[in-house]
Amino acid sequence: MITISGSQAFIGFIYLVASGLFILALKWMNAPPTARRGILSGEIGMVLAIGGTILDLAARGKLEHFSVDYVWIFAALGIGTAIGIPLGLVQMTAVPQRTALSHAFGAFCVTLVGTAEYYLVVNGSGIPPFKMAVLCCEVILGGLTVTGSLMAAGKLQEVLPQRPITFKGQNIFNLGMLAAAIAIAVYLVHDPSATHLYPVMVGIALVFGVMLVIPIGGADMPTVISLLNSYAGLSAAAMGFVLGNKLLIIAGALDGSSGLILSVIMSKAMNRSFTNVLFGAFGQVAAAAAGAQEAMPVKSASAEEAAGILAAASKVVVVPGYGMAVAQAQHKVRELYDALSKRGIDVRFAIHPVAGRMPGHMNVLLAEADVPYDRLMEMDDINGDFPQTDVSLIIGANDVTNPAAKTDKASPIYGMPVLDVERSHTVMVIKRSMNPGFAGIDNPLYYMDQTLMLFGDAKAFVSNIVKELSSAHG
Amino acid sequence: MGSSLIDGLFVFMLAGFIGFEVIKRISPLLHTPLMSITNALDAIAVVGAIVLVGRHESPLARILGILAVIAATSNIVGGFLITDRMLKMFKSSRPAKS
Repeated sequence: MITISGSQAFIGFIYLVASGLFILALKWMNAPPTARRGILSGEIGMVLAIGGTILDLAARGKLEHFSVDYVWIFAALGIGTAIGIPLGLVQMTAVPQRTALSHAFGAFCVTLVGTAEYYLVVNGSGIPPFKMAVLCCEVILGGLTVTGSLMAAGKLQEVLPQRPITFKGQNIFNLGMLAAAIAIAVYLVHDPSATHLYPVMVGIALVFGVMLVIPIGGADMPTVISLLNSYAGLSAAAMGFVLGNKLLIIAGALDGSSGLILSVIMSKAMNRSFTNVLFGAFGQVAAAAAGAQEAMPVKSASAEEAAGILAAASKVVVVPGYGMAVAQAQHKVRELYDALSKRGIDVRFAIHPVAGRMPGHMNVLLAEADVPYDRLMEMDDINGDFPQTDVSLIIGANDVTNPAAKTDKASPIYGMPVLDVERSHTVMVIKRSMNPGFAGIDNPLYYMDQTLMLFGDAKAFVSNIVKELSSAHG
Repeated sequence: MGSSLIDGLFVFMLAGFIGFEVIKRISPLLHTPLMSITNALDAIAVVGAIVLVGRHESPLARILGILAVIAATSNIVGGFLITDRMLKMFKSSRPAKS
């Protein structure tokens, strides 16, 4: 015999188990050996929750005498799966834009459900103030995350211009829009029946998302993606409050805190204050400095010379950056790692927290190329070892190795924690040309005595070094 | 409504603290897979959308619900799939040596 309270107890219990499995999933994610168990735990929780929801819906249908629209539920689940599979099979270099896109999808779902819920209840029993307030939070956060994440994905995929677009009074304009959206939300809490204002509020949130990401350049992407991750989580938690669903509140809170922690780590690694990041004042570094340095002499070397220096070293540190990802050089870098390791040379990788376009980007690329993860070192763990390092090989990284961040108060990146590569005996930098990087900040490292510039494409150059090493070996 | 609101806030606060403590311990090595798995878990919002579709109380709610289920399901499937692919790639050099 099915009863309403029985059905409630059933679904409540299922959600309780699913919440526990979700927390375990994240707990097991803390280290590579247990991480795949975490996925399994998350998957079981997800299947339980979805299955339980459909069973609960069926029971409710019987009790409350409505027919459940199974056809569309399973059709939508099927279409979603068909879209999800290719999104799960993208290349590892495309992971940042895939992640941004999935933030957009998640927030899209939340915004749609919030909107449907609003129109369902506004004509019926009315909406209590608290529910309306969280519903407004849900759709404002959701809406700005949808368009903001789409903009971020577009920039990362390079279908949109990557250069920051800025104009005078941008921050004031953005804050004004946010204030307008909040003002409408406050009005709607007092008078939810003002249905003509609801679409205006959602519209402002959507435009605000675009405006928030427009001024952001590529180097700031790790922070932005983390922040959008956090917004997506918080909007899902707000949806949990609207629907009175504790599982959603928990999942949203976990996702929100995860995004928040990553944003804090990223903003610290770029020496930005967290409030600065919250208000979206990104990309301002790009406007400063550039062209200050006249053509100063640099020393360059060929692949043959570079191979000779590497072969004579006993400790080598490789510093990868976004340039390695762009050139798809990670597999060649692994070959270099193999060739040097075979000669008994100690090779490690120094990973700056903001290297690449999202948190952990370099680790995933190098893992894809089969570099063992215990050779990948965090900045704080390896910085002390640079004085004992014979060769630091920088591949497609720039700002994260810039010593001006420590010495030059006028530098736009002054105070940003950087890798102390200049303390090693020899520094080799693979770079296309002397053009300053994206941020337009000159790097004094390139003019130092111990620095050799290796001009060329990262993939081709590393490949040439590997060839030289193997031919020299016999 | 009153007590369920407070219940919800309790749950939110505790889950937030658990989130901070658990996620703080995650190695920076795995930050990318972390982001893709939290994305998949966050798509649990699909349950709200499923109820909307199943109850089909208005044509608008039904259409929005269907789109929401599609978006969330693609995140669930894609998110778990890519996280698994990434984690399979992380190998240690130690077992090979010993």
